[in-house]
Amino acid sequence: MEPVAQAYDYDSAHRPPPFTREIVELVRYRDLVRHLVARNIKVRYKRSVLGVAWSILSPLLTMVVLSVVFSALFRTAAPDYPVYLLPGLLMWNFFAQTTSVMAAEIVGGADFWRRIYTPRTVFGVATVVTGLVHLALAMVPLAGLLVVYRAPWGLSLVVVPFAATCAAMFALGIGLVVSSLARYFADVVDLYQVVLTAWMYVTPVIYPRDIVPGQYQWLFRANPMTYVVESFRTPIYAHRFPSPDVLLADFAIAFVTLVAGWWLFTRTADDLPYKV
Amino acid sequence: MISPTKSEAAPETGLEPRADASIVIEHVTVRYRVPIDPALSLKEYAIRRLTGRVRYVDHDALQDVSVTVGRGDAMGVIGPNGAGKTTLLRLVARVLSPTGGRVRVRGRVAPILDIVGAFHPELTGRENIFLNGTLLGLGHRDIAARFDRIVQFAEPDAFIDAPVRTYSSGMVARLGFAVASDVDPEILVIDETLGVGDERFQVKFAARLDDFRRHGTTLLLVSHDMHSIVRLCSRAIWIDRGRLRMAGSAADVAAAYLAAQHP
Repeated sequence: MEPVAQAYDYDSAHRPPPFTREIVELVRYRDLVRHLVARNIKVRYKRSVLGVAWSILSPLLTMVVLSVVFSALFRTAAPDYPVYLLPGLLMWNFFAQTTSVMAAEIVGGADFWRRIYTPRTVFGVATVVTGLVHLALAMVPLAGLLVVYRAPWGLSLVVVPFAATCAAMFALGIGLVVSSLARYFADVVDLYQVVLTAWMYVTPVIYPRDIVPGQYQWLFRANPMTYVVESFRTPIYAHRFPSPDVLLADFAIAFVTLVAGWWLFTRTADDLPYKV
Repeated sequence: MISPTKSEAAPETGLEPRADASIVIEHVTVRYRVPIDPALSLKEYAIRRLTGRVRYVDHDALQDVSVTVGRGDAMGVIGPNGAGKTTLLRLVARVLSPTGGRVRVRGRVAPILDIVGAFHPELTGRENIFLNGTLLGLGHRDIAARFDRIVQFAEPDAFIDAPVRTYSSGMVARLGFAVASDVDPEILVIDETLGVGDERFQVKFAARLDDFRRHGTTLLLVSHDMHSIVRLCSRAIWIDRGRLRMAGSAADVAAAYLAAQHP
């Protein structure tokens, strides 16, 4: 009909499906992700005296407190308790913080999205990458702890980056689901904090999985965070490769969650400016 | 003064999409569903849903509006507050998709003035230039190439490596405008009703707009100031309560609008 119709950069009547459109747009805006990550890190440390050192100190201090409390309790179930505790704690904090911050940012950014177009996932992706940077910084005290406890450094440590990648995919997926819901109901952000607290208690972070009676073990098997935490902790604490089915479950869960979250989020993203 | 309101059947704006059009808006409706009692929490919503008390009213911010802006044209948008002018800009800036009708845009759109609000007070001027440039869709390298020119335009009285919270509001406005107007936009979308900046900014702002007009940038300008509309725009539309009330030459529409204000 109209020979020029194809030449438009934007046509509200002919848009690619949101799922793939968002991927293309995200790639186009990759430099924005980079600068958002830089902003997140700079802003967080700009006004603190210790700066980046907080990234390293705060998990260590939490670990010290929890170790004092629980070391005696788990003496036999988890020898070298601090080495058991810290990796799980880092992984849990990464997940909990990334997903909460993402939901809060996307809800708080509603006004921004009424004014300027950017792909809606940039803030979510930037939050996860920021979390990964903090996680990487926290590897320094973790390595120090391994040295103190004279833990062996094995080949199994190559699993750690893989586990962190799966954790990032899982966190992005969950974060996008929570954000999608939070756009419609603001109290979802508060509700999610309660969910996180309960979720942490059924994840073997503070206590070893073995101390829990057999009839409750299904809870761990049904909890995706068990696989996320164990894939990360096993090579560090037990100096061995996690079993293939744990790794496979970790990756499959992370991938499916990410696809589901991405689908839900991009499908509802156009409603965003309509929410007052 | 004696320009009658154009009949809806044949608005002078040229409803038929032209080959050189930058913006084509056809029969666009933007409908907000507003809950009668805003249920902002999940708890309340669940309760109301169960008791069958979720009711909405539909509010049309725009209703069957059609406008075509040719490449290099300057279109003014006037109307009272709440008429739907900003909604129209949001459609063109892609932040809103219409609930009915069709919007087509050709070329890079720069939403001037809106960008000012995106500055982070703790970051330096330099960091903010890069952050805001990427927000507008530029790559890191593109911004690096324009950096000196942006700084020169913005003339920050303070150091470019000082946090933006130490800048005056006029400086922030200049810096924001310097970034947004340096992305080589093909379409400028300006909401002048936001009215930011000091006098020095206003002068630079006007000079740069003239510059854009000379280089054939398409302009969509929302303003309450009929002088800027007439000076900068060749054509204008008047929107009232979401409907296109009049379209025509900027002088005619501005005169009719003013006449309606002071009958």
